[in-house]
Amino acid sequence: MHELSLMETIRELALQQAQSHGAARIEAVRLRIGSLAGVEPEALNFAFEVLMANTIAAGARLEVETLPAEWFCAPCAQPFGAEDYLGLCPSCGAISRELRQGRELQLTSLELS
Amino acid sequence: MCVKCHCGQPQKHSHGPHHLELGLNLLARNNELAQQNRQRFASSGLTVVNLLSSPGSGKTALLERLAQDWAPHHPLAVVVGDLATDNDAQRLRRAGVEAIQITTGQACHLEAAMVQRALAQLQLQRLELLVIENVGNLVCPAAYDLGESLRLVMLSVTEGEDKPLKYPSMFQSADLVVISKIDLASAVEFDHGLAHRHLRQVAPAAPVLELSAKTGAGMDQLYALLQQGQGR
Repeated sequence: MHELSLMETIRELALQQAQSHGAARIEAVRLRIGSLAGVEPEALNFAFEVLMANTIAAGARLEVETLPAEWFCAPCAQPFGAEDYLGLCPSCGAISRELRQGRELQLTSLELS
Repeated sequence: MCVKCHCGQPQKHSHGPHHLELGLNLLARNNELAQQNRQRFASSGLTVVNLLSSPGSGKTALLERLAQDWAPHHPLAVVVGDLATDNDAQRLRRAGVEAIQITTGQACHLEAAMVQRALAQLQLQRLELLVIENVGNLVCPAAYDLGESLRLVMLSVTEGEDKPLKYPSMFQSADLVVISKIDLASAVEFDHGLAHRHLRQVAPAAPVLELSAKTGAGMDQLYALLQQGQGR
């Protein structure tokens, strides 16, 4: 739901980096987004098009890598995957308090020219 | 000279695409500002509550009650966020509380930078408690640390017992959960046991209080917790 304001941050960071590396254009923007970060890739695409228009990133590709959620169950001492925020261990049913992967919101890299 | 490759050619010439690895956390700037806020609050000995709920759960009504019972003995101020209007700040000022309105425009949540700007209008040393009434929304504000010492997530009995399961990331982030409008519980056949079970599932560590800002029932438990000024 806050894809637009996240994309404003992405735009600011990307333009800053492009400028300090003397780039004329940004060809691609790569993001890494955890599946439980509360961000919809489709809404990101929309925000990207709207916010990058009239910048050196207009028409650039947006590549989003989604990271699946990975929890850790302390009693079983093993990781497990669950995409539902509750983090119930499938082996023992305990609630995990440790989400090791899935909340990432990262500007991974840029393709500059 | 071209600053990119120092080749001696004019500024604008093609280099072909190249890859720039960044690995930047998008919330890093907010987290940094939140940490600055937190240090400022701590040095003023201030308890700061980030108050979160859906629209219409009774955040402002809770604060009006707080103004009536608590503020006469414990100096209190409120920073209130909404997309538009300063209706809530006006309501709170009528209740006798110093209230600063942040209108967020399009933003569906408050960010640490907005709170930092609002702090310029307050004398923190004079206060014991600062409440940040966030934008009514159970999705986006969960991701944004404001520097609070206590994150209070509220649901009203009229919203249904399964709210915590529908918005788990918000309830998971809570230090304290409040079930509001309990004076309406029987009218809407609110199932207390079911609501508590759902909350335990999503936020097993957070204490849960039931209260009514209208009748005052349960408010004492909240005051006791605020008095302790629980730290994050």
